[in-house]
Amino acid sequence: MTTQTLKSGAGGRLLDALVLVGLTVLVWQALYEYVGDSALTSPLMTLDYAGSLVRSASFWSHAQATLIAFACSLAISIALGVGLGLLLGLQRFAGDVAEPIFVALYTIPKVTLYPLILLIFGLGLSAKVAFGVIHGVVPIILFTLNAVKNINPVLLRASRVMRLSRWQTIATVLAPAVMPELITGVRVGFSLTMLGVLIGEMFASQRGLGFLIINGISLHNVRMTTAVILIVVAFAIAANSLLLAFDRRMHHAASS
Amino acid sequence: MSASRAPAPLATAGTAAAHVRLRGVTRIFEGALPVHALGPVDLDLVRGEFFSVVGPSGCGKSTLMDLIAGLNPPTAGTISFEDRPVAGEVPDGIGAVFQEDASFPWLTVRDNIAFGLRRAGVDAAETKRRVDDVIAFMGLKDFTTAYPAQLSGGMRQRVCIARTLVLQPRLILLDEPFGALDQQTRLLMGDELLRLWRETGATIMLITHALDEAAMLSDRVGVMSSRPGRFIETLTTNWPRERDSTIVADPAFGAVTARLWTLLRGESLKAIGATIPDKAAG
Amino acid sequence: MSRKAAILWTRAAVIVVAVAALEILCRAKIISPLTLIPPSEMASALWELIASGKINDDMVQTFSTVALAFVLSVAVGFSLGVLIHALPRVRRALDPLLASYYSIPFFVFYPLLIALFGLNTIPLIVIGLVFATAAMVIATLNGLDRVPRVMEKTARVLRLSPTRAIFTITLPAAAPYLFTGLKLALAYSFIGVIAGEFILSGGGLGFSIAYAYNNFDSQTMYALMMFVLVVVTVVNGVLHVLEQRMLQRRAGR
Repeated sequence: MTTQTLKSGAGGRLLDALVLVGLTVLVWQALYEYVGDSALTSPLMTLDYAGSLVRSASFWSHAQATLIAFACSLAISIALGVGLGLLLGLQRFAGDVAEPIFVALYTIPKVTLYPLILLIFGLGLSAKVAFGVIHGVVPIILFTLNAVKNINPVLLRASRVMRLSRWQTIATVLAPAVMPELITGVRVGFSLTMLGVLIGEMFASQRGLGFLIINGISLHNVRMTTAVILIVVAFAIAANSLLLAFDRRMHHAASS
Repeated sequence: MSASRAPAPLATAGTAAAHVRLRGVTRIFEGALPVHALGPVDLDLVRGEFFSVVGPSGCGKSTLMDLIAGLNPPTAGTISFEDRPVAGEVPDGIGAVFQEDASFPWLTVRDNIAFGLRRAGVDAAETKRRVDDVIAFMGLKDFTTAYPAQLSGGMRQRVCIARTLVLQPRLILLDEPFGALDQQTRLLMGDELLRLWRETGATIMLITHALDEAAMLSDRVGVMSSRPGRFIETLTTNWPRERDSTIVADPAFGAVTARLWTLLRGESLKAIGATIPDKAAG
Repeated sequence: MSRKAAILWTRAAVIVVAVAALEILCRAKIISPLTLIPPSEMASALWELIASGKINDDMVQTFSTVALAFVLSVAVGFSLGVLIHALPRVRRALDPLLASYYSIPFFVFYPLLIALFGLNTIPLIVIGLVFATAAMVIATLNGLDRVPRVMEKTARVLRLSPTRAIFTITLPAAAPYLFTGLKLALAYSFIGVIAGEFILSGGGLGFSIAYAYNNFDSQTMYALMMFVLVVVTVVNGVLHVLEQRMLQRRAGR
């Protein structure tokens, strides 16, 4: 590979990613040297333990619990978020009234609502899903609302001139027009929903990866905690990278 | 009207009085696929003349202006302004007005215009005097405390021109400054540009895609080929210095414009990837 | 009535109706008092707490932690944003990281932070910092992206030195987006610090909420929850008004 190919394209990106990973490992190792076994495990040991975890059945039953809760949360967040966002975007007045309310909701520390959620839903799956939803639904609403508001009016004029029916307009003109912005909203909602579910597991459940982490912390099982965190972070980065690539493609297609 | 039919160079050999001189100037953009955007170009601008550049889209007109202004260095060739070389650094005495609105939205009209003087450390009294002069000259007296967002596109360009003028440049470069305006406003702004040119005695280089604008305003018009841009011909209009937009009534105006289009039609077709049909293009 | 006024009144009405509905449902015991107490009771409990000065220590701790996290995150976030913007390759490499940033529950690093810094408020400041800095970095990158190229050219034609150009042109041009970063940084500082206090540690408003929850003290718990909500909303509201004032000049039409 010439330096030219190394710098650009997939080869370059891979190199950058490797450099980043390498730097992280170095910093990690340095931190480990500093704080010792009581707070952190070395990269190598963590990788090794994570490997053995991934081969154990009990880990997978926890992972499964998390994934199920996450899937439910995400589905609800998207359905509610897109639904409400569309309605508020189309009904201009309602949208203008509601938007600042949702923006305010977005910025309040959701943690202040946790006791309320626990009291309503008790412990278990429904509480976890509720946590996920309260974190993820608001950004999706906001992005969808803005996507609809920002539809170029000239597109609507053009579809009327072409005598498209209502459904045709929605399906073939409006839906593709809002899709890029919507996908960005879903991407942000994805991250926050995952965060919500993990936090929910940290204190509303005896199952799930969040539970494993908090349990590990209270039992001072540093190996477990670090390894599970590594797995969660790896999953988060992988999933978000895919979504980001998809998001980019949608925006690219829309603007070209 | 006389047309010098020699293809490039516009260079007047051996005249040291050229205000701006380009020799063999080329610009190639690096990248995965290098783009030969401009050149080689030879050009002499006479001090105090009004020179327009017309050409098909993508031919490198804006690149040419960037090079002369010193915003980018040429890949090959030499550029000199007032007999001093220009390469990658903006020399003193050059002003530029761009197609996009470059007025600062966070400053009032007055502060916008005063910006350059304040940055150059000119004292407050002198600044006020010069700013007031230019504001009166450009007809902005009623808008000094307004913000650009409250003004029309034409007014904002006036502010940008005023901001450039107040620094008393000897060479003024304009890159499609009226591109975003409607035709009537453009014609009026053209008159203003002529007035400004006469009062300041500066050399003006105007880049425009509007052939009538070039024909009406300029002493000479350089016609560029499609990319990579080179000058294929220069027209001299021989208009009197005291002219304005009513020059359009002069029969010679039609001839100039016609000649410009004849030259450009083929180049424009090339630029969009088509070819000239066999019917004689004149 | 102008449309703008109609919107404001409707919004106020929606909020009033929502609160009133809660009040009625709670008093009628349709919502169990074990789950939620009426807003009026929350308010009076809060008033009592404030008057008695019982939450003064918590307030001081939480607000000072938030303030520190906020100021640091803005400074660090802005500097990092400027740096990354100048290095496009670094930026591309960091994109997936920034995108996944908010999936990660940073509280889990808390034990590590305690091991590094000790059992004081520093780990909490760091958590707030970690939450808020990313938002400031993203906003800075966005703002710098959106400075029109023509401004850059103008700076060069005016022959400004690079530092002059940044302070007199780039920063004012990017200011609206940087302000958005400021708003988000503040919001996230609150979120990070209060969540950290709630989940993990001894002291501050977040911790007191958790403590009240664990001791079935609904009065105190809801009073504090309401307090946090009100403070955050008011602070964000103030920033919003300031932002509108700044934007008004720039978008006159």
